[in-house]
Formats: sequence, structure tokens, C-alpha cells
Amino acid sequence: MKEKDFLLQIRKTAHLARLYLTSEEEELYAKQLQDVLNYFAKLQELNTSDVEPMAHVLPLSNIWREDEVSESMNQEDVFKNAPDLEENCFKIPRIMKRDEE
Amino acid sequence: MKSVKDIKKLYQNKELKVYEVVEHYLKQIEEWEPNIHAFLNVPYKEIEAQLTSLKEEPSDLPLYGIPIAIKDNMLTKGITTTCASKILENFIPPYDATVVKRLKKAGAIIIGKTNLDEFAMGSSTENSAFGVTKNPWDLDRVPGGSSGGSAACVSSGEAPISLGSDTGGSIRLPASFTSVIGLKPTYGLVSRYGLVAFASSLDQIGPFGRRVEDVAEVLQVIAGHDPKDSTSSPYNIPNYLENLGKTVKGWKVGIPKELWQKGVSEEVLKVLEKSFEVLKNLGIETVEISLPSVDYALSVYYIIATSEASSNLARYDGVKYGYRENNTEDLISMYKATRGKGFGSEVKRRIILGTYALSAGYYDAYYLKAAKVRNLIKMEFEEAFKKVDIIVSPTSPILPFKIGEKISDPLQMYLTDIMTIPVNLAGIPAISMPAGFYNSLPVGIQFMGNFFSEDKLLQFAYAYQENIDLSDKFPPLPKKEEK
Amino acid sequence: MLKPVIGLEVHAQLSTKTKLFCSCSTNHDNVPPNTNVCPLCMGLPGVLPVLNKKAVEYAIKTGIALNCKISSYSKFDRKNYFYPDLPKGYQISQYDLPIAKNGYLELYVDGETKRIRLKRIHLEEDAGKLLHMGVGDRLAESDYSLVDFNRAGIPLIEIVTEPDINSPKEARLFLQELRFIVRYLGISSGDMEKGSLRCDANISIQTEEGILGTRTEIKNINSFYSLEKALEYEIVRQSEILKNGGEIIQETRHWDEKNQRTVSLRGKEEAEDYRYFPEPDLPPLLISESMVEEIKKEIPRLSQERRKYYITTLGLSPQDAEIIVSERELSDFFEETIKIYNNIKNLVNWISGEILNYLNDNKLEFKNLKIEPSKFVKIIEMVDRNEITRPTARDVLRKYLSTQEEPEKIIEKEGLRVVSDFSYLQEVIQRVISDNERAVSDWKKGKKQVINFLVGQVMKETKGRASLDIVKNLLEETLEKL
Repeated sequence: MKEKDFLLQIRKTAHLARLYLTSEEEELYAKQLQDVLNYFAKLQELNTSDVEPMAHVLPLSNIWREDEVSESMNQEDVFKNAPDLEENCFKIPRIMKRDEE
Repeated sequence: MKSVKDIKKLYQNKELKVYEVVEHYLKQIEEWEPNIHAFLNVPYKEIEAQLTSLKEEPSDLPLYGIPIAIKDNMLTKGITTTCASKILENFIPPYDATVVKRLKKAGAIIIGKTNLDEFAMGSSTENSAFGVTKNPWDLDRVPGGSSGGSAACVSSGEAPISLGSDTGGSIRLPASFTSVIGLKPTYGLVSRYGLVAFASSLDQIGPFGRRVEDVAEVLQVIAGHDPKDSTSSPYNIPNYLENLGKTVKGWKVGIPKELWQKGVSEEVLKVLEKSFEVLKNLGIETVEISLPSVDYALSVYYIIATSEASSNLARYDGVKYGYRENNTEDLISMYKATRGKGFGSEVKRRIILGTYALSAGYYDAYYLKAAKVRNLIKMEFEEAFKKVDIIVSPTSPILPFKIGEKISDPLQMYLTDIMTIPVNLAGIPAISMPAGFYNSLPVGIQFMGNFFSEDKLLQFAYAYQENIDLSDKFPPLPKKEEK
Repeated sequence: MLKPVIGLEVHAQLSTKTKLFCSCSTNHDNVPPNTNVCPLCMGLPGVLPVLNKKAVEYAIKTGIALNCKISSYSKFDRKNYFYPDLPKGYQISQYDLPIAKNGYLELYVDGETKRIRLKRIHLEEDAGKLLHMGVGDRLAESDYSLVDFNRAGIPLIEIVTEPDINSPKEARLFLQELRFIVRYLGISSGDMEKGSLRCDANISIQTEEGILGTRTEIKNINSFYSLEKALEYEIVRQSEILKNGGEIIQETRHWDEKNQRTVSLRGKEEAEDYRYFPEPDLPPLLISESMVEEIKKEIPRLSQERRKYYITTLGLSPQDAEIIVSERELSDFFEETIKIYNNIKNLVNWISGEILNYLNDNKLEFKNLKIEPSKFVKIIEMVDRNEITRPTARDVLRKYLSTQEEPEKIIEKEGLRVVSDFSYLQEVIQRVISDNERAVSDWKKGKKQVINFLVGQVMKETKGRASLDIVKNLLEETLEKL
């Protein structure tokens, strides 16, 4: 993929992953990841038309539990690591950007 | 006092009390830490509390009074668990991981949380946000990763045993780099509840120790079904100790040509020659086998592991716990700034790679393809184990490298895992045993077993240990000027 | 004629005791925020999901009731996106192998039967709740928001229809019938106001030539009424655009209840890439035929079947049938009662009158009542035999319902039996006649309605405990003899 296109891909992907990257990081990752992706191209050599994808390592199935209520976490533990609280809820900044109003 | 066996004898003969043993190890930690920085946290108050409550317990518990270090990606209630990341720098868990619960129930003393590559992503422990751990055998070199701290503390004598986690070799590689034993159990044998997830279908918790018996003791305590982990094996576990010492004469040992050809350094091969002599003397039969798909293992691993990781790490968003960047205009800015600042560059790199591999248009070519090839790899191992009991390979293709040597070339760094990765992809167990030294640098040998065959694997490792026993060999404490 | 083509996406909250992947209580009504939470549903590091078996059973039950094929192999997938009410940064849902597919629901619309096909039914976890604070309480005006995770992790089933619905009325009927079904099955309370039943709609207009139009999605529909209104609005809106030669933009629109219109959310949402992949922490489901059979046995006769039976076989009017069918417990009660009492019309009368009034007055649902068919029938029969009056019976019924005291005991204790002692009645009648000369002479003169006044006076004297008919007859007899 062309360098500039790939840089745009990185930007798009960083947004999907909600990661802020500096422009240096963008360029560095673009180059490093391009190398890695080229290495992955090897995989296309293998014929896997008859192979099922592995979804689970062990052949387990129907692992479930009874519908019985267990004690919930005590309030102290719930909020112990909370970055910002108000009225026993987790407080977060406004969801919409100001210029979107 | 080197191993669990030794400590147990001291207790049995009433030569030492628990607090004296703990004091001994705390002193070792004091002496070694300025040199190697294996620990992120030694919680003195909690250690006191554990000593107090242990007095109420019967002394015949399997790990009674044995200090153990825990990799800092396993949750310990009330004791900060950081995953060596800024984003969890002050995180205090409200619950214990299942393995921690079981260790406590068995009477073990949690002596500290060890350093790792951030979120277990790395092969050198250089990716920790809180400083690199140094190899006790050579302070200019890495101890391997990601469980570098857990390996280094057992290697230096700071603790007799420790727990690490292994997703692509993160127990076995550091064991090999620091001349200790490290075991990755079969996927599903040990509960992952309370292990901070990196790659859910690959992660396993396992023990480090100086002697096979010690590793077996720890495994006996932590292994077995956990209803809190839906991927944990529901089957009964065997006694891992009762076959230690039995002969392995006549066992078939597979030599996979692909893992002995590519890129294994001359130095490593030289040291491993002795291992082959040992194996021959044990009366085993070598069988040449082929695992052609292991050539693709690295790609399969980095696609699957990073994809799962990109999803597992999405919860670190600054909303409920962990680091949050303040003074942001709105939610999305908060997310991006928090994660951009809170995660280190290797973690960000892998999240980007994994997000990319799963994204629309690329899923089939990357994730789906990798999942199919993974099945091929697993099937090749299953076929091989129809013919052999154990498969052997070097643990690492190279000697422990210098700090800073590979950090700027991710692909080069990833290549150090080439021997260990296929094991995680298949889900089988494997152990790294100290095989010797090349110019004072440790070399390890890897034994792989079939699914849920840890009892056989440990029996084999024990037989090997009876002939190459490096459990008494400790690195010299560096003189103070050499810091 | 432009034909509307409508598909619905319905979410029903399951009424299990615990959440889908953890054992926290699902109670989130009037519960303080963040009290029914645990490390799992809060997405703490290191946690792993454990599936609620009951939720699987409920989903299968719904699938069977909706004529679906229950998948023998089903699995979970992760749907990845960032939002503050989603603690893990992904929702565990089902993508390509849902638990049930290819079903249908039959509707009776305007005298005809119409089959609405169902594409799929799958299990997924609910998200938490957001409270928007600041200048206004809507998203766009808020300064900050608060997150409550009580609801996070509650089990949902998502039911997706094929675009077989062709009018807003059909859509409403479909949703109402679906509500009956989930309530009859006992798997969800199906309450749109409380949010245990939610509906999004997709609508496009098909041209005369049969060409399918562009779809828009409508969200924020909070009642059956809104569903119908929103679709009606959208049909008009889309038709106008098409008539003027314009193009429909594929987008998500928000139903604005206050202003009764749909509003574009364009610019606020970009197409999300959910990056679905199989959930590695949960093994797949292998659902055997015997498991399906066992669950099938638990399914009661559903509302549609009962409604049909009541109308065609029992002769109820459609309105009466609707009343009886409105709650499964009521319908069950009705069916029990007709086994021991024949006058169905009278029975229905009593139910739609006395019982429904009692429920309304006390803001109860039928299932909250403790009422035995035999006791209820006893009261009715006593009225039939004129042993007590209808007003008396109402009081007795209410007392029985609130205190559970035996109706007969109540009647004995308070002496409520109809006065049927003729001699006593004659005495009262004589007294009334002599006290009301004017009325009597009016009657004699031909003003026959006056008898009602006289009856009323007798009733007053007997404190209403005489049978109206008997009093009237006796009065007339007596008056005639005068």
C-alpha cells in the first residue's frame, strides 16, 4: 500500500481504537506496521480452503450457571478506583463535541 | 535455602520459623533490587498481615510459609496491580485472582508483585512503564519477557518460586534467559480469572522455580477447574508429584526439523549439544518430525493476539478506574488522551495492529486466515504426538540480548518468540529447563507435551534435571560499584 | 400506490433473576445507582463472563413460540465500540450464528391473516444508563454525564423481522402481539414504558414499479402509539421527497415525541465498524433436540390461539376476548372458571366489570390477585339465585379479594342475605304505600314509572338487601289490589 494511503489507514485505525497519536508516532507506527503486515503476507501462501477456523482451543460446550443471585460488590469497592464521581455515579465529560450543537 | 523442598525441611525440623524465612528473602530482595529491579511492589504491611493470619492455619498445607512472587498482571486484593502500565498505576483491585486465592489457601506468602512488559506485551521487560528489569546474570542484558521480573527474582534468589503468565513464550523465554525453570500449562488447566487479559485464547498462568518438584508443587495448587473461568478444563487433575523420579527409558522424543534449522545461533546449539547427550543417556529414542506450519506461527500469533488484545484493552477508557486525562473538552478527547498517554508505545502499536486486522475489509485476510492456519498448526502437533511423547526444541534461538538492542525494531523483537509461539497456538503445555551457559549467559531447552500431559512432562523434566542440575547455581551479587 | 416496506428490530429484556454473564440481580427499578454491580458487569481487569442458563432457555422458548428453527450450534461474538455505558468497550452478542432463525408471527389484520417472517433471534447483554446533566437533560445540551451500571449486563433478546410489514398499523399490531407472547411465555415483562420492550424501525417506500426505496432507521420509539405515529410521519416525509423528484438519504432518524416528527441524526453518527470476532471467553452452545423438546413442553397456549378459541368456539365478542386475553393469568383463570360455571356471557360481564374495576382502582395486575375460581363462582351464583343483590356481591367480592376471607363467611357475618321474607317485605311495602299517598295515586292514574320511586323507598328501608325484582313484583301486585 502506498505510504500516504497507509498513513491515513493508521489514522483511521487510531480513531477506531480511541488512541491519540502524535504525528511522529503516526509515522513511526505506519512504517513499523507496514513491515509487520508485509511479513503477514506469507500467510496467503497456504491453502486453507478445507480448514475450519479455530474459535476455541478446547472442545468445551454449554458451559453455564444457574440463575441464582449473588451478593453484589460493596459500594466502597465499586468507587474505590473511580476517577470522578457524582451522586454515586461515574462522572464523564460531555459526550458531544461543542461544535456539534 | 534454595527451593521449596529445602524450606519445607527447615520447617519440618523446626530449624526456622516462617517469619525468619520471609525475612531472609526480604533481605535478598533488599540486596538485589537496586541491581535488577525485579519487583514493582513489596507490600510490607500485607506481608505482616499474612504472617499473622498464617499462624491460625495448619502447618501441613502444601505451600505453608513459602514466599511466592506474583507477576503484576494478576489481581491481588488490596495490593496495587499495575500491569506495568501508567494507565493502572494506582489501581487497587477489589478481588483476588483465583490462582492467588488458591495459593493463599495453600499457605503461601505473597511476597511481592513483579515487573513485566506492559500488559504482558513484549519479550524483554523493556516495555514496562516503571523501568526495565535486568538479567541477574548480566546487568547489561534483558531477562527476557514478558515475565522478566518473576524470572529474575527466582534466578537471583529473591524468592524461591513465582508466578508468571505466558501468551507467546512469556514464561519460557525469561526462564531460559535467567537459568530457571518455567512451565506453561495446557490452555484451560489454570484459571484465567483475575489475570488481566492480553490474548484470551492464548494466555495461561504458570510457575517459575529452581527445581522441577517445586514447579510441580505450585502447579498442583493452582491447577484445576474454576467455575469463574468458562474456558477452564472441567476434568480432574492428576497428582503431578507422584511420577517424579520414574524412568523415561524408551520414551520417544520428537526433533522438529523446522525448529532446529532456522536462525538458531551457533552459541545456543553448542550448549544444547550437552543436552542431547543427556537425553541419549536417559535411554530415549529420538524421532525426526516435521511441523511445516510453524513457519507461519509468528504471523498467526501476532494477528490473533493483537486482535484479541485490541478488544481486551478497550475497557481502559478512564471512565470507571485507572488513569484519566483531565481537562479535556469532551468524551472522545478524554478517551484518546487517556489512552494515548496511559499506554506505552508497544501496547499502542499492538492495539493499532489488532484493530486493523479486525476491521472491515481486512477480517478475512488476517483474522480469519490466521484462525484457519492456527488449526493447521494444532493438527500438526496432534499428529506428531501420535508418534512421540515429548517434543524438544531450543527455548530461544539466541542468547540473552543487550538492553536496548532490539527495542527499536519490533519485528526483530517478535522473532525471539519463534520457538515458543507455536506451543500457545496449539494450546499444549511446555517447560523450559536450564541447559547451561555460553560465556556466562544462560541457555534453555524446551520440552513440549501433549494436551493435559503435565504429569508426563514434569516426569521427563525431572529425569533431565537429575543429569543437568543448575538449581544450585546462583548469579553472583554484583559489587556495589558495578551498579 | 407507494407501498411502505417496514422491518422491526425489537429488544426484550429477559426477566431472569440474574444478569446474562454474572450473578448480579437484574432488579434496576428504583434501585440506587451502581448497587447491583460486580467486577464482571463493571468491566474490571481480569474478569471473565459466565453464561446464565436460564437466559438461554428463555431465548429458546421464544424461538419455539415464534416458529423458529433453533440452531443446534450457536456461539457468542464481541461487538466492539466505545461508549461510556459499555464497560468493557465491547458488547457480548451473537453475530453469525444466533440461537434461533427463520420464524414467523401471524397477524390478523382487517379480517385477513398475514405472516410476518422473523429473520433471527439472538442473545446479547444490555448497556448501563446515562444521565445527561447540565443546561438541559438531553445529550446535545449537557455539560457532563453520569453513568450507572445497574442495567449493564441484563440479558436481552433481539428479534429482527424481515421487511414484511406494510403499514404503521400492522407494525403496531405486530409489536403488541409480540408483547403478549413474551408476557405469556413469562420471559419478559414486555413493558415499553419501563424499557423492557424496545423497538427500532426500518422503513422505505416501494414504488409502483416495485423498485425498493432507500431505508431509513427510526430510533427512540417509546410506545405502541409512537411507533404507529412515527411510521406514519416517515411515510409522508419520504413520499413528499419522492414526489418532488428527490432522493431518500440512508440514515438514522430520531423520533421526537414532543414535536411528533422524525429528526435526522446525520453528522452525529458515522458508520461504526464493530469488528465482530468470536468471543474467546465463552465456549459455544450445542443445543440438542431433547433440550428443545423439554422447553417446548413449558410453553402455554398463546394469546393468539386463545383469542381465536374464545371468539369462534365460546362466542365471545372480539372486545371481550381482548379483555380476557390481556393477561395470561387472567386467561388461565377464565378457563378454569368456565369449567365450573356455564353462563359464559355473565362470567365475562363480571370479569370485565367487577374484577377489572377492582384492578384499576387498586392499580394492580391480575397476577397480583389471590382469587379462586370456586369462590368467585360462588358469589356469582348467589346473585343468580337472588340470594344477594348485585351491589352486595360487589362489596363481598372486594372484601374477599383484599382480605381473603371466605365470601360465605362475609355474607353470614354481616347479614347480607337478601331479604326474601315475604311477610316482612309486605310490612315494609304497606308502610311505604301509606307514607306515599301522592305517589300511589299517581300510579293509579297511569304514571307507571312512579313504581321505581316506590321500589327505591322499599330498598331504602331494607337497606338494599331486598331483591329488586322481587320488590317490584310484590309492589305491583299490592298496588293492583288497591
